[in-house]
Amino acid sequence: MTKNLRVKSSEYIDETNRISFKFNGKTYHGFKGDTLASALLANDVHLVGRSFKYHRPRGIMTSGSEEPNAIVQINPGTNRTEPNVRATEVEIYDGLEASSQNCWPSVEFDIGGINNFLSPFFPAGFYYKTFMWPASFWKKYEFFIRHSAGLGKSPTSSDPDIYDHRNIHCDVLVVGAGIAGILAAKNAAKNNFKTFLVDEKNQLGGSTIFENNEFNKIDNKTPSEWLKKEIEELKNIKNLEIKTRTSVAAYHQYNYLLARENLTDHLEAKDKTNKIRQRLLKIRAKKVILATGALERPLIFNNNDRPGIMLSSAIKKYSEFYGVACGSKNVFFTNNDSAYESALSLYNKGINVEAIIDIRDQSESKIVKKIKEAGIKIYWSHSIVDTAGYKRLNSVSIMKLSNDFTSVTGSKISISCDCLGVAGGWTPAVHLYTQSGSKLKFDEEKEVFLPNQNTSTQISVGSCDGDFKIDEIIKNLNQKLKDNLNIKETDLDNIKVEIDQENSKRNIWLLPSDKPLGKTKPFVDYQNDATAKDIKLALREGFRSIEHVKRYTTTGMGTDQGKLGNMHALGIIADTAGVKMGELGTTTFRPPYTPLTFGTIVGRNVGKFFDIFRRTPMNDWHVQNKAEFENVGQWKRAWYYPNNGETMHQAVQRESKAARESAGILDASTLGKIDIQGSDASEFLNRVYTNAWSKLAIGKCRYGLMLNEDGMVYDDGVTTRLGENHYIMTTTTGGAANVLGKLEDYLQTEWPELDVYLTSVTDHYATASLCGPNSKKIIKKIIPDLDLSDENFPHMSFKEANIGHIQCRIMRISFTGEHSYEINVQASYGKDLWEKCMEAGKEFNITPYGTETMHLLRAEKGFIIVGQDTDGTMTPIDLQMDWIVSKKKYDFIGKRSLYRSDTMREDRKQLVGLLTDDPNIVLEEGAQIVSELNQNPVEMLGHVTSSYFSPNLNKSIALAVVRGGKDMIGKKLFIPMKNKNINVTVANPVFYDEKNERLNA
Amino acid sequence: MFLINCPYCGERDQQEFKAGGEAHIERPKQPTELSDDEWAEYLFMRKNIKGVQFERWNHAHGCRKWFNMVRDTSNDEIKAIYKMGEKPPTQ
Repeated sequence: MTKNLRVKSSEYIDETNRISFKFNGKTYHGFKGDTLASALLANDVHLVGRSFKYHRPRGIMTSGSEEPNAIVQINPGTNRTEPNVRATEVEIYDGLEASSQNCWPSVEFDIGGINNFLSPFFPAGFYYKTFMWPASFWKKYEFFIRHSAGLGKSPTSSDPDIYDHRNIHCDVLVVGAGIAGILAAKNAAKNNFKTFLVDEKNQLGGSTIFENNEFNKIDNKTPSEWLKKEIEELKNIKNLEIKTRTSVAAYHQYNYLLARENLTDHLEAKDKTNKIRQRLLKIRAKKVILATGALERPLIFNNNDRPGIMLSSAIKKYSEFYGVACGSKNVFFTNNDSAYESALSLYNKGINVEAIIDIRDQSESKIVKKIKEAGIKIYWSHSIVDTAGYKRLNSVSIMKLSNDFTSVTGSKISISCDCLGVAGGWTPAVHLYTQSGSKLKFDEEKEVFLPNQNTSTQISVGSCDGDFKIDEIIKNLNQKLKDNLNIKETDLDNIKVEIDQENSKRNIWLLPSDKPLGKTKPFVDYQNDATAKDIKLALREGFRSIEHVKRYTTTGMGTDQGKLGNMHALGIIADTAGVKMGELGTTTFRPPYTPLTFGTIVGRNVGKFFDIFRRTPMNDWHVQNKAEFENVGQWKRAWYYPNNGETMHQAVQRESKAARESAGILDASTLGKIDIQGSDASEFLNRVYTNAWSKLAIGKCRYGLMLNEDGMVYDDGVTTRLGENHYIMTTTTGGAANVLGKLEDYLQTEWPELDVYLTSVTDHYATASLCGPNSKKIIKKIIPDLDLSDENFPHMSFKEANIGHIQCRIMRISFTGEHSYEINVQASYGKDLWEKCMEAGKEFNITPYGTETMHLLRAEKGFIIVGQDTDGTMTPIDLQMDWIVSKKKYDFIGKRSLYRSDTMREDRKQLVGLLTDDPNIVLEEGAQIVSELNQNPVEMLGHVTSSYFSPNLNKSIALAVVRGGKDMIGKKLFIPMKNKNINVTVANPVFYDEKNERLNA
Repeated sequence: MFLINCPYCGERDQQEFKAGGEAHIERPKQPTELSDDEWAEYLFMRKNIKGVQFERWNHAHGCRKWFNMVRDTSNDEIKAIYKMGEKPPTQ
């Protein structure tokens, strides 16, 4: 039967609300208000995990987010499972299940524990040193390393929960609701600052809320009583929003902070459904007040990691706040007065304290006297040299410290115990402070790193700024609030504080043992099993920078990010290398302060909300007619329209033939459209396109090619002159936004003198492209009064017309090589237009075709697609499009680059056609092209950019870029594939209707 | 995440903006007169300063206006913002 270590009712634990939960398959009971850690400790369970490298048994060490050992998997095997959760932060609820990580088959019997006995063979840098040779063995090593790496298990099915984001703008953000944070928030809000107060715990008050020590008084009350009254008063203050269970994960520049608000993790499964689980708060604050508190440090001595060894402050919290005794025979080991407070808390509750081992030679504070009076044995100037007990501490061995603290002397005393509280002093929690870019300075007197140089509008208050005593906290907080918030009076002015604490301390970063260091295991980073030995080894091997030592030894790299051990690591390095800690600096603390789930980060942007998508006005028709869609940029475009179970190939062959033989219709609404107006519009086009625009008559269209300043093709499309000072430009579907951005850039920054206005009208128009020998007849049917003769409406011209009451712009332009029209109407009439065309085209068997057929038809004509046949390294000359580059114009974007020695090389890759010797073989796009088969290595001449089976030519065709290809027409080349070599012949890229006769057919 | 004071719209979050590289590199008025080296200097060569840097920014998801920024790249402090065509601050 397990022991019950619940000692005395606590107001924070609801003993009428009994909760049952499972840990490692076994059922336990706790109460509402317990964390998983406090409930396990009440059941006398300390062993909760195995360490990462040596698989040593580990127990609960702390009571908060700094926990390095009690890392558990929550609700294993379910879709809500979460790995690497700190048991000290999990609030229990009925039905909660948790299990240990990093152990197999169980935490009680872990095969990996053998690593502990092999530990002499696993020094720092073991992996770096061992798996380097022989190089060919890496694949074998990798299998085992991957198998043993990582901590918990990720869920394998999708997350059932909802996550949310919220933007918050406030005048003052206060991080941490301990005594300093509460008083700061209260005074800020009272002075009309819109204030936001967050704390990671479910309860306000920090550690002061259970500070019942008789030697400290605020206005003659215990700190706990006094603070409760203050918290009560917060409820009536306007301008103040308080969030508990909210952990600030990141503090970015310009006071932009990310916090995770936890809403349902403490609820039973039935109460979690249809609620937001976590909310990411994106906070932009005018001022930030950091009141993040301080973390207690352990002490570094031999075998300081056994289950049952805990932080002294955690023992106090479990006793005072949760009403749990962590052991029945308690011993404390300390370098300051904090441990005496914990001991007194246990003593007052009738829990046995065996002894206190203090490395100092004395302390005269009231609390120490009280402990002496209570008859608790204090061993001054003593240190623990070893501990015993594999899965639970059962004794500690102590010896007297030598005068210089570097060794121990005298006889060894063994003290039997089941719980050891260690108190190594307090480290300000400056993680968020440094994340903001602000700089720390080492305080020689306090021996801690403190905020020094603020880069944002921020202040640090309370113990995170090095004020550890309540009187200091209140006094300094008061002054900082007045200075930084411009407040004249605060309610802190007249507070009377009495404190005890002599607060002397003696820091010894690495405590000596009677054994040589090499035979001991003094852990610095518990989670990563980095010991003081490893740090010293790294220094012996020549590492000097703290950042290098961190990476080599993995100190400070676990999920706790070195919250406990970092100062010791620095201290040991400083002592060993003989430098000052201040000169050494700290490692960089990076976000998140505590881990965030992916769900919280992505919020509602999951599933169909993952990315924005755009649909054309004709989309419903495409869906009804069973089109398959493809993504082009953010657009969903009809890809092909399979009839009665056709494959993609069959559908595309049918669509392609129909478009050339009778009539086809394409939804071209996605093409980018930019409305260009202004008296300098023609000059502007002259500068941005390679060809000349000044002489384009009103009502005419022209194809344009746009380059980057480096001479490479950037975009293309047809631009139509609608009026004297009015053009409409079309761009590629994917390039629309970038083209507009680029044109705006030139207009605003290089040519501000030009009178030109650009407006994106892509979404304003729907476009149906009608092509084929019968397209003219169909237009005639829907717009009977429009003169469609070649004289009145020739190729590359534009007309305005009405289809019934719908106004439309019609361009006679062609991307297929067929007689073709592009009809643009106001977007809301798009579907109507499409249906009218389908109706009118019925007698000609009008065939809707998708992007795939469009690609095939234009490839038959050798028309390029920017981004498919070009890749940012192709000039118009490379594309054999010299005809579009004006020789007369003085300048246009990219012109000068066409005369650079590199762009003028004859052996650049050039666009050509390829025909396979076997007309039935369709090449793979991207396939490499060579001129020699039996050569190794062989030069890659280029690659296939577009490839199709042309139903109109009844053979395979391809476009390719080939080094010096322009002069290779008729030459035989080879395409080596995995199982075969394909013979091809270089050809003119225009495969179909070379004389463009069909445009006017 | 910066808070950028667009000279046309006021303070907005960085995600509304696009960075546009080094500022005050004027496109040559007569590119054809330039040697390959001179053109390459304009086309490719950009400074990457640790410290105070002059940059172009665009309020891409706002007013679409380009403007200049003086930023200390070592700590991301925005020291000045001014419109296109205006003289850079001397200090």
